Amino acid sequence: MTRRPRLATVWLDGCSGCHMSFLDLDERLLALLERVDLVYGPLVDSKEFPEDVDVTLVEGAVSTRDDLERIHCIRARTRLLVALGDCAVTGNVPALRNRFPVPVVLARAYVENVARQPGTTFDAEVPPLLDQVRPVHQVVPVDVHVPGCPPCADTIAWVLDEVLAGRRPDVGTRTRFGA
Amino acid sequence: MAEDLAVSTLIIDGRDVAAEGGRTILEAAREHGIDIPTLCFLDGLSAVGACRLCLVAIEGAPRLVPACTTRIAEGMVVTTSSPRLTAYRRRVVEFLFSERNHVCAVCVVNGHCDLQALATRLGLTHVEVPYRWPTVPVDASHERFLLDHNRCVLCTRCVRVCDEIEGAHTWDVRGRGIEARVITDLDTPWGHSTTCTGCGKCVQVCPTGALAHKGRAPGEMVKARDFLPYLRRMREHGT
Repeated sequence: MTRRPRLATVWLDGCSGCHMSFLDLDERLLALLERVDLVYGPLVDSKEFPEDVDVTLVEGAVSTRDDLERIHCIRARTRLLVALGDCAVTGNVPALRNRFPVPVVLARAYVENVARQPGTTFDAEVPPLLDQVRPVHQVVPVDVHVPGCPPCADTIAWVLDEVLAGRRPDVGTRTRFGA
Repeated sequence: MAEDLAVSTLIIDGRDVAAEGGRTILEAAREHGIDIPTLCFLDGLSAVGACRLCLVAIEGAPRLVPACTTRIAEGMVVTTSSPRLTAYRRRVVEFLFSERNHVCAVCVVNGHCDLQALATRLGLTHVEVPYRWPTVPVDASHERFLLDHNRCVLCTRCVRVCDEIEGAHTWDVRGRGIEARVITDLDTPWGHSTTCTGCGKCVQVCPTGALAHKGRAPGEMVKARDFLPYLRRMREHGT
């Protein structure tokens, strides 16, 4: 018996909207789960990204040192990497901060606009921000780009059908930036 | 000139086409239902060939030419669509996206933007050239309108409509290359302009959200451009 494809989803710097759109597959999720093993995701209770993953959907841009380490690990352990949504594909809203130095960004968020206990001293568990937010393909090679904010469930369903059939689809005109 | 009125015959994408002499390749193609992508071109304004989206191949010519500014000639053989042309056009759009800060999801013209539509039409799924993420200003000094350089593609439609149709010439371009910016008057705030009539034509012809009405939420701004060819025709022919 051939093993089922191993599917993972990851959430880097994004709003989780792409995962919400993924959940909008609704009853199609049940059919999907009969075709794949869901081995990792924001709601899967596994700390380590597993080895030998066939397809990974990446939501979000690369914004922190933690994101950077994770995306390299994910790429190394994934056969087909899908950048899902505008943050992963373009940097989108998270990259709006790229014009400002990190201390300025942190001061705006945690000092200037905060009335109680303002400060930018974080403990070691908070991953430090990178100087620049980058789309996934500017950090590691990406096999399939799916723009959209978020891509609609039908687009995600089509992409999954294609990649699970062993193809590397070009979404072309099926979705767009900002969709 | 009399010879301009004569009909020329040429071949566009393998089709025999007849068009009035003096027409551009773009006009002749569109008259025959062949749609070449454009961005800086707008019916009713002069053509400047700035954006390079409408580049086409002419048999025997050493380089690609913009369809909007190249006149047809008898016996010309034109190709408007090929993998090579699509690759060039995609790269042009990639450069436009990378040069400024285009964030479609939060843009006032999301879903109604010429740049976004071009990217979709050309099947552009990601931008391979590195984003520049430049620091450019927003001019909110005008009472009703907003100028956001983050979204400007330097098509100069605003410059041309203000000069050629409104007759005010409030808009112009300063700087060169990557440093070029559209400006009002002598690079002074739009709201302080002594030449701007407040007509809003520039806002309507702007292909992106660079010029917009104030107070609109993402996706709410839809440009109205029907007035332009009508105004032009009325002025030139009176009918």
